[in-house]
Amino acid sequence: MLENLIVFILASIIGSEVISKVPATLHTPLMSGSNAISGITIVGALIVAGMVGDAWAMWIGVAAVIVATINVVGGFLVTDRMLQMFKKKD
Amino acid sequence: MKQNIINIAYLVSGIMFIYGLKRLQSPATARKGNQLAAIGMLVAVVATLFFKELLTPIQMLMGVVVGAGIGLYLAKKVEMTGMPELVAAFNGFGGIGSALVAGAEIARFMAHNAADTGGDEFTAISAVTISLSILIGMITFTGSFVAFGKLSERISGNPISFLGMRFITIVFLVAAVGATVWMGMENVTFQEINADAMLYGAIVVAVSGAFLGILLVIPIGGADMPVVVALLNSYSGLAAAATGFVLNNNALIISGALVGASGLILTNIMCVAMNRSLLNVLIGGFGGDGGDAAAGGGVSTAGMTVNSTSADDVAILLSYANKVIFIPGYGMAVAQAQHAVRELGEELAKKGVIVKYAVHPVAGRMPGHMNVLLAEANVPYDQLFEMDEINAEFETTDVAVVIGANDVVNPAARHDKASPIYGMPILNADKAGTSIVLKRSMRPGYAGIDNELFYNSNNQMLFGDAKESIAAVTNEVKQL
Repeated sequence: MLENLIVFILASIIGSEVISKVPATLHTPLMSGSNAISGITIVGALIVAGMVGDAWAMWIGVAAVIVATINVVGGFLVTDRMLQMFKKKD
Repeated sequence: MKQNIINIAYLVSGIMFIYGLKRLQSPATARKGNQLAAIGMLVAVVATLFFKELLTPIQMLMGVVVGAGIGLYLAKKVEMTGMPELVAAFNGFGGIGSALVAGAEIARFMAHNAADTGGDEFTAISAVTISLSILIGMITFTGSFVAFGKLSERISGNPISFLGMRFITIVFLVAAVGATVWMGMENVTFQEINADAMLYGAIVVAVSGAFLGILLVIPIGGADMPVVVALLNSYSGLAAAATGFVLNNNALIISGALVGASGLILTNIMCVAMNRSLLNVLIGGFGGDGGDAAAGGGVSTAGMTVNSTSADDVAILLSYANKVIFIPGYGMAVAQAQHAVRELGEELAKKGVIVKYAVHPVAGRMPGHMNVLLAEANVPYDQLFEMDEINAEFETTDVAVVIGANDVVNPAARHDKASPIYGMPILNADKAGTSIVLKRSMRPGYAGIDNELFYNSNNQMLFGDAKESIAAVTNEVKQL
């Protein structure tokens, strides 16, 4: 538990340092991109659902896998679509 | 050994997320950064699929394929103007995902399965982390979908509140805490799993979370939507991190913390840009769909007149200017006028006019909304300026063109202590030689208040649909 908390706090600090330097121009892609990263629950879903014999746990887990994948795939793709539009003057 | 490989893979993906986000610090490297983060995700998923001994790999893979298909479809289909609601919806999916993982963990404990996911025994800490994961996940889920409804105008953008709302909020909070304590007490003290306490406790927490999410977002008005979207973004990260605590999984904790921090920073930036505290936003019920009677405001605009102008006059004014600053707002998005605006900007640049765009942090319905729309219309990002960069330049600017923005250029924010937006930093459009406001009618903006700028002697109103007006001006400019 304490170890988890340490990792959480350190990661939060790194996140704040890195993200506070993102310019306002990129705030929408930052949101949708970081949102895609929060789809990391897909890993949790795979672990819980894939390793347990219990049918309930598995089906709830499959549902979790589906929604988390929507989040991941949709989030990264839409961010990419936005970012490819940002161009310098040619 | 296999667990070590997985842990190293998680470390690698965490590093890729951090460097991916770091590359978002510049538009030149941002796309690569996002791709790096996506690869990081792939690493984490592949490592989990191949090195964990999954009992039901087929079902898992099916889930991934179905989710990927839906995500792909949504990402390809969305219009750039629809981005705020799509991000809100994705937030919601992330939130429900976390809640479901915690739910599956509950089912696992109930089934008394020895196959382990980390900490096998149900402890007080398990009760707390599982509850938190379900609670934050459900708040994110319902909150995001209420925000989705408001942003896509499926439900009214007006703030909704009713008598006893705060009381009900407290009741749900107490219920969630009570259920958590019950779950913990029943299962920890008796050394064996009490399935009823487990199941009903989790259901109470989930239902409370669902209602809390709704109660969080319905009192928030249209003008404050960027704050809410950013806050829910943060919650979706915290939900993932809470799930990481449940499963003792560092990949989830690190990524969740990154997203949580990102959302909080954006929330804070939005609040500062409106000169209001987060608490004030959450309970404020500020601003509706517009069209309500002008509220507040110490300076009465009754009886004052506005100058109305025509496309020809605007064209002449712009063509002979040295410097023009465009100020886009949500109205530009609604009218889909961004392409027309870019064309006008290019025509003016051909005539030697310096063209810049000033973007207020809360313009639009989500952080950075205007920048994305203008980028879509091929406006180079080095012509886009943040408020602090450009505000000093208005005094040396000949014409400021306000396209569908309202409250962010209201000078009342500077001096009128009675105004609801007093103290909010604004773009100094009134300090330009001439300001031109494109507007459909004299309806007030999202904050529901009248705008002093319109009545200035050096301000001219160009009434009509923003897209058509701009196109008409562009035509005239071409002929000059």
